[in-house]
Amino acid sequence: MSAVGTPVTRVDGPAKVTGAAKYSAEIGLPGMTYLAVVGATIASGRVTAIDAEAARAAEGVLAVLTPEDLPKIAAEPHLLPSLVGGPAPGESFFPMQDDVVQYAGQPVALVVAEEYEQAQHAASLVRISYQPTKSITTIDEGRDQAYEAERLFGGLMPARSERGDVEAGLAAADVRVEVAYKMAANHHNPIEAPSTVATWDGGNLTLYESTQGIRATQQTVALLLGLPIARVRVITRFVGGGFGAKAMVWPNVTLTAMASRYVGRPVKLMLTRPQMFTSNGHREEQEQRIAIGATRDGQLTAIRHEKLSITSPFDDWAEPATGVSSQLYGCENYLGIHRLIKGNTMTPTFTRGPGESLGVFTLETAMDELASHLAIDPVELRLRNHTPVDPFGHPWSSDGLVECLRLGAERFGWSDRNPAPRTTRDGEWLIGTGVAAAAYPIAFFMPPQRARARIFADGSAIVQTSTQEFGTGVLTMATQVGADALGVALRDMEFQAGDSDLPNSTAAVGSAGAGMVSSAVHAAGTALREQLIALAVGDEQSALHGAAPASVKVADGHLTSAERPGAVDTYRELLSRNHMSDAEALGTWRPPPLDTPHGLLTFGAQFAEVAVDPELGLVRVRRLNGAFAPGRVLNPLLAHSQLMGGMLWGMSQALLEGNHMDPRYGRWAETNLAEYLVPVNADAPEVRVDFVDVDDELVGPLGAKGVGEIGQVGVAAAIANAVFHATGRRIRSLPMAPELVMDPAADGQ
Amino acid sequence: MTTVEAAATEVPLRINGRQHVVVLEPRVSLLDALREHLDLTGSKKGCDQGTCGSCTVWIDGRRVLACLTLAAAASGHDIVTIEGLADGDQLHPMQRAFIEYDAFQCGYCTSGQIMSAIKVIEEGNAATDEDISEFMSGNICRCAAYPNIRAAIRHVRDEAGGRP
Repeated sequence: MSAVGTPVTRVDGPAKVTGAAKYSAEIGLPGMTYLAVVGATIASGRVTAIDAEAARAAEGVLAVLTPEDLPKIAAEPHLLPSLVGGPAPGESFFPMQDDVVQYAGQPVALVVAEEYEQAQHAASLVRISYQPTKSITTIDEGRDQAYEAERLFGGLMPARSERGDVEAGLAAADVRVEVAYKMAANHHNPIEAPSTVATWDGGNLTLYESTQGIRATQQTVALLLGLPIARVRVITRFVGGGFGAKAMVWPNVTLTAMASRYVGRPVKLMLTRPQMFTSNGHREEQEQRIAIGATRDGQLTAIRHEKLSITSPFDDWAEPATGVSSQLYGCENYLGIHRLIKGNTMTPTFTRGPGESLGVFTLETAMDELASHLAIDPVELRLRNHTPVDPFGHPWSSDGLVECLRLGAERFGWSDRNPAPRTTRDGEWLIGTGVAAAAYPIAFFMPPQRARARIFADGSAIVQTSTQEFGTGVLTMATQVGADALGVALRDMEFQAGDSDLPNSTAAVGSAGAGMVSSAVHAAGTALREQLIALAVGDEQSALHGAAPASVKVADGHLTSAERPGAVDTYRELLSRNHMSDAEALGTWRPPPLDTPHGLLTFGAQFAEVAVDPELGLVRVRRLNGAFAPGRVLNPLLAHSQLMGGMLWGMSQALLEGNHMDPRYGRWAETNLAEYLVPVNADAPEVRVDFVDVDDELVGPLGAKGVGEIGQVGVAAAIANAVFHATGRRIRSLPMAPELVMDPAADGQ
Repeated sequence: MTTVEAAATEVPLRINGRQHVVVLEPRVSLLDALREHLDLTGSKKGCDQGTCGSCTVWIDGRRVLACLTLAAAASGHDIVTIEGLADGDQLHPMQRAFIEYDAFQCGYCTSGQIMSAIKVIEEGNAATDEDISEFMSGNICRCAAYPNIRAAIRHVRDEAGGRP
C-alpha cells in the first residue's frame, strides 16, 4: 500500500483552482507601500544627474532613492549557483552603489509610494541624465574580443573538457560532419513576475519572496545587508513558475529590503513584464559549432564541440553546453570549449534545460546529418554509439538510453518512415519526422539535506523542509514520500514547506529538487518510524514488546511484526500510553561525493512529426513522443505533466523563442509577451510520454533522478531533424522562424 | 513639470454577488482594485498589458481582461472572479476537472484559464480540439499544461452533454 508511485492529484489543487493560493505579491500587511524601480535607458556609461524633484512632489510619494540615498552593501556579491547551498547572487554586481551603468535596465533609482499607481507614475517623473559610452551587446559586436574561459559557474566547473587527440581522430575518420548554429537569447517569462514583500521588525527582516530557493535568498540578502542569517526569514507559499528566472537571487530582492528599512514600512515590489527582460537573467545569445568524425559503419572517432557566447562585464558565465556531448556516446577523442565575450548585459543565468539543451541540439542535429551521409537509420546510429560507461570508465548510476530509443521508436511508429527527405506530403504541407537522444547531467553540488517529521497523539503527522512549490508538485510528492516513510495513510500526512525557519533544503534547480526533497523527507520519516518502533518494542504494555525492531512493519499507523502474528499496536495508542503529545525526528540525506565512481546522466529519447508549409515557412508540430528513464517515478500524473511541459518548452525553443539586442541602443528588442513569443494553446500538439523503468541506488534512497529538465532536452533537435526530413533543408538558427524556413537564401544554402 | 492628480473617489463594485465600495483613484485598473484593495487575489497579474490572460474575469457574463479594464468602468456591472465559482466546498465542475486532469502546475495562470474555459463551452466554441485550442489561446500557460487543459474542457463539455 505504497503512496509513492501512485497518480495522486495535487494536494495544492483545491487552493489553486479556487484562487485561494497566495503568491508572494498577494501577501497583505498593514501599512503596505509600493516600490517602483527606475531602470537605466543606456547600456553603458554613467549617470550624470538625477532630477527627482517632480517625483518627490507627486502625491503619495514617500521616498525617491538614488545611489546617494541608498546605503552601501555590506559585502560584494560573488556569483555562485544556488545548488551549492550558500549565498547565490545572480551576478557579481550590485546596482546603485555608484554612477556606473553596466547594462540597460540596471536599477538607477527607486520610488516608494502609498499606492501602486502613485509609485509607477512618480517613477515616470524621475529624470536621469546620462553620459553614454559605446556598448557591446551582441556576439557580432564583440567577436574579435572573444576569449576562452577557464572556469564557469562562479569557478565551479572547468570550461574546457578534453580527452584523446581530437584532431587526429577527425583526420582518421572516414566521414566528417561539421556544422555551426546561431542561437538567439531566451527569456524565462514565468507568468508570475518576480515579487517581493519586505518588512522589518526591529533588526529582523521578513521577506515574502517568489524564489526557487528560499535558503539561497535568506543567505544572499543577509550577506548583502550585513545581517546575521538568523535575522532574515524568507516565506514562500507559492511561486508562479520559475524556469531558472528565480533560481538565483537578483538585486531587486535586496533593494526592496533596503527600501523598506528606509521608509520604515512594509514594501511590495512586483517587477513589470518589461522589467523581467532585464532583471532576472536570460539564456545568453550563443553560437555553437561541432565537428564529428566517424567510421563508415557509424562508430564515432572524434567530437569537437565549441560554444561562443556573450556574458556580463563582471562574470565568466556560460551555461555549460558540453556535459552531455562529452559523455553521451562512446568516443575516444573529445574536445569541448567555451569562449566568452564580455558585453553590456546582466549576467545570464540558468534557463530550463540549462546549457545542455542547446549542446544536445548541436550534437543531435549533427548526428542526424551523419546518419544521412552514412545512410544509417538515425535510431540505429545512436544505438551503435551507446556506451555503458562514462568517459572515465565508470558505469552509469542507471542507464536506459537504448530502451528509451527502442520504446520511443515503437510507440511513434518509426519503422514506417521513408528515410529520404522531402518525400511525404499532406496537401500543401511537407511532412517530416525526426529523432534525438536526450540526456541531462545529475549534479551533487548540494550540501546535506534535512527534513523534520512529527507525529501527534491523534495520529496525524507532518514533514517539513525549507523547499518551495513552484509547480513541480513537490508538496504532493513529498506528502507521498513522507506517508510511506513514516508508515501512515496519505490522509494523515501533511507536508509543510516554504519557510526558511524549517530544516535546510537547497534551491530546487537543475532537476535536483525531487531527489533532494524526497531523500530528506524519506530520511526524516524513516528516523521517526524507527524511533517509534523502538518505543513500542521496549514498551511492556505493547503487543509488540520484545519483538526485534527490524521485524516490525508499519502501515496506516498500525505496527505489526512477523514474529507476533495477530499482534497490533498503533502510533496513537503508543503515544497515548506513554503520555506523549507528539514525537519528532530530524532526517539527513548526504549526497554522494562529487568523485563517486559512477556516470551521472538521466536519459531519454525524443520523436517529432512536423508539417511544413514551404511557401509561408510555417512549421507546425503534429506529434511529440518522449520516452524517459528518470529512475523512480514518485507520482506518474505529476511527472507526466513536468515532462510534457518540458517537451513543449523544447518545441518553443525550436520554433518560437528568441530575443535580439538592438545594438544601436544596447536594449532588448522584444520586452513583452506580444513580441517575445511563447507557445499558446493552439501551438501545443498532443504529447505522448512513456517511461522506461530503471533502478538507481546511487542517486538517493528512492532512486529519483528528476524530471524537470530532461523533457526539454533533445526536442528541438528532433524537430529540426524532422524539418530537414520534411524539406531537405537544414536551418542553422534558433528559433527556426518562418523567414528562415521559407527562404533558402536566408541561411546560406 | 506639472502633474494633475485626480482625487480618489468611492467606486461601488458588485463582485461575486456582493456589493463593495472602494475608494480608488480613477486610474486604478479592475485587476489592481481586486488584488490590492479587496484582497481578491485569485485574479492574477501576469503582464498588466493584456497579453497573457491570467487576469480573466467575467463582466456581465462575458470574459474580459481585468488589467485592461478600469475599475470605475466596471462599476454598475456584474463582476465574477475565480473566488465566485465554488459553492462553499463544492467546486465548479471545471475546477474539479482541472484538478483531475492536472491542467496546471504552478497554478498562476489557472484562475484565468478556468474563467476562460467555462466561457469557451458556453460560447459554443468547444466542439472540437481545434476550436478549444484556438479559443483558449488568449490564456498563456508557461508550464505548458495545454493538452491537459484541453482534456479538462472536453471532460466538462461531455459531462454537461454539450450544455454549459
